[in-house]
Amino acid sequence: MIALAVMVCAAPALADPAVPSAAPAAPAINSGDTAWILISAALVMLMTPGLAFFYGGLVRKKNVLSVLMQCMMAICIVSVQWVLFGYSLSFGPDKWGGLIGGLEWMGLSGVGVAPQAPYVDTVPHSAFMIYQMMFAVITPALIIGACAERMKFSAFCVFTLLWSTLVYDPLAHWVWGAGGFLGLNGGWGVLDFAGGTVVHISAGMTALAAVIVMGKRQGYPSSISPPHSLPLGVLGAGLLWFGWFGFNAGSSLHADGVAAGAFVATHIAGAVAGLTWAAMDWVCYKKPTTLGMITGAVGGLASVTPAAGFITPMGAIFIGVGAGILPWLAVTFLKNKLGYDDSLDAFGVHGLGGIWGTVATGLVASAAANPAVNRNGLFYGAGGAEQLIVQLKTVAIVIVWSFVMGLIILKVVDLVIGLRVNEHEERVGLDLTQHREVGYTVID
Amino acid sequence: MKYVIAIIQPDRLDEVLRRLEEKEIHLVTVTSVVGRGRQKGIAEVYRSHKEAGGLLRKTKLEIAVNDAFVQATIDAITEGGRTGAIGDGKIFVIDLDRCVRIRTGDEGPEAIG
Repeated sequence: MIALAVMVCAAPALADPAVPSAAPAAPAINSGDTAWILISAALVMLMTPGLAFFYGGLVRKKNVLSVLMQCMMAICIVSVQWVLFGYSLSFGPDKWGGLIGGLEWMGLSGVGVAPQAPYVDTVPHSAFMIYQMMFAVITPALIIGACAERMKFSAFCVFTLLWSTLVYDPLAHWVWGAGGFLGLNGGWGVLDFAGGTVVHISAGMTALAAVIVMGKRQGYPSSISPPHSLPLGVLGAGLLWFGWFGFNAGSSLHADGVAAGAFVATHIAGAVAGLTWAAMDWVCYKKPTTLGMITGAVGGLASVTPAAGFITPMGAIFIGVGAGILPWLAVTFLKNKLGYDDSLDAFGVHGLGGIWGTVATGLVASAAANPAVNRNGLFYGAGGAEQLIVQLKTVAIVIVWSFVMGLIILKVVDLVIGLRVNEHEERVGLDLTQHREVGYTVID
Repeated sequence: MKYVIAIIQPDRLDEVLRRLEEKEIHLVTVTSVVGRGRQKGIAEVYRSHKEAGGLLRKTKLEIAVNDAFVQATIDAITEGGRTGAIGDGKIFVIDLDRCVRIRTGDEGPEAIG
């Protein structure tokens, strides 16, 4: 079936080889911009294996492969989906008044060397496409943190394909697509530089839906062993941080001052949030924890994502402090009070981090950092609360969309093939029962 | 024949092995274990999830000895393993019914070597 679909989709692409337009006004490809986007695409790709280790280190030994496998399989499934129709739905010619992209670019038909307005006029269209693919890949992988240690692998595969198509692709179109009704390309003008809404809020809210639908792990919270390998978790966090420069600074789509500013802001926010979380641990639990520090850093990087290219370094510090405090409160108090089992805090860190960062963008966005900012954030005057209101409205829409749609998709998958492994399989572990492998041998 | 089992602090292992060698006790099986005595464990915290009374890392020694060597074995372990602080561990001595050397089939005190 897939092979047939590939052939069908590839046919127009083969029949219509993408070549640079011969029109006199054809924009020139800039080698610096192109190099930066391709490098950034590779950086963002590395984030998903990084996420695999971040999550993998935090689960129990018997489930480490299941998490690594789900993350790596997300790369495979979503990459194919993106080429066949995902990219077209997200960034293709607008349909239905800003709601979805058309199918004109299915199978990457016409997506070649020629730059594509209005996205970026100095970089090959194919480079922009592959860069955006890596965002589509990591977003459903973030949700894995909520369902870790109890989800069937088959259910994960089906869910990922459906969620990417029905939740991520429309959302990417609304915020970043040409004509999308929320974004800067003819929409409300929401500021989301690199995916606070599209990536973090959407994954985080669906993560919350997942913990509600799936329920707790057996024995949660008293009988769940601690992380089996915090060193792997730190390695993963380090790779995520490294890749995040491509995620945020690459979102300038040019090798320019905005990219440099986003790079600086990204690093500052991650560092400040890691510091803040460790300090909170130190004060409240007598010791700063490694897990707290890396969790804070990831939360800070998630929070600065929507703001990165629109803020000054001081704005980044502001966002970083909030990103250290809000997810910390959620993970420390809210989770225990409400009693939900968000295994690896995908909602607490990414969902709340994304919400905080997107709202805070409406406070600290500054035309001084990026001339593309039409309305300054509340703190910088000249724009009043106008931008903040747009940010808040968008956040509300994205929360409802990703939570409700996530809930529906999860319920459907549950009814059709079942989301959870059975009790025996959960006890034995997902590595053996889902993959017939173990991460670590005991003898030799 | 006796079977001596000792739980000691991991950082005292080298000293205990040295003292055993001095007393010509060479055969020993060593395992890394976790456990808890009167010392109790240090509670671990993972994102606010408290692991109360966590277990502490210890080292376990198992030594089969002939009766003549029991006291020497106990002396070596206590001398090498004592730090004076809580958590130095314990020694258990159990009667050993049989001992068989796999290579030759020898049995009894001879097989202990």
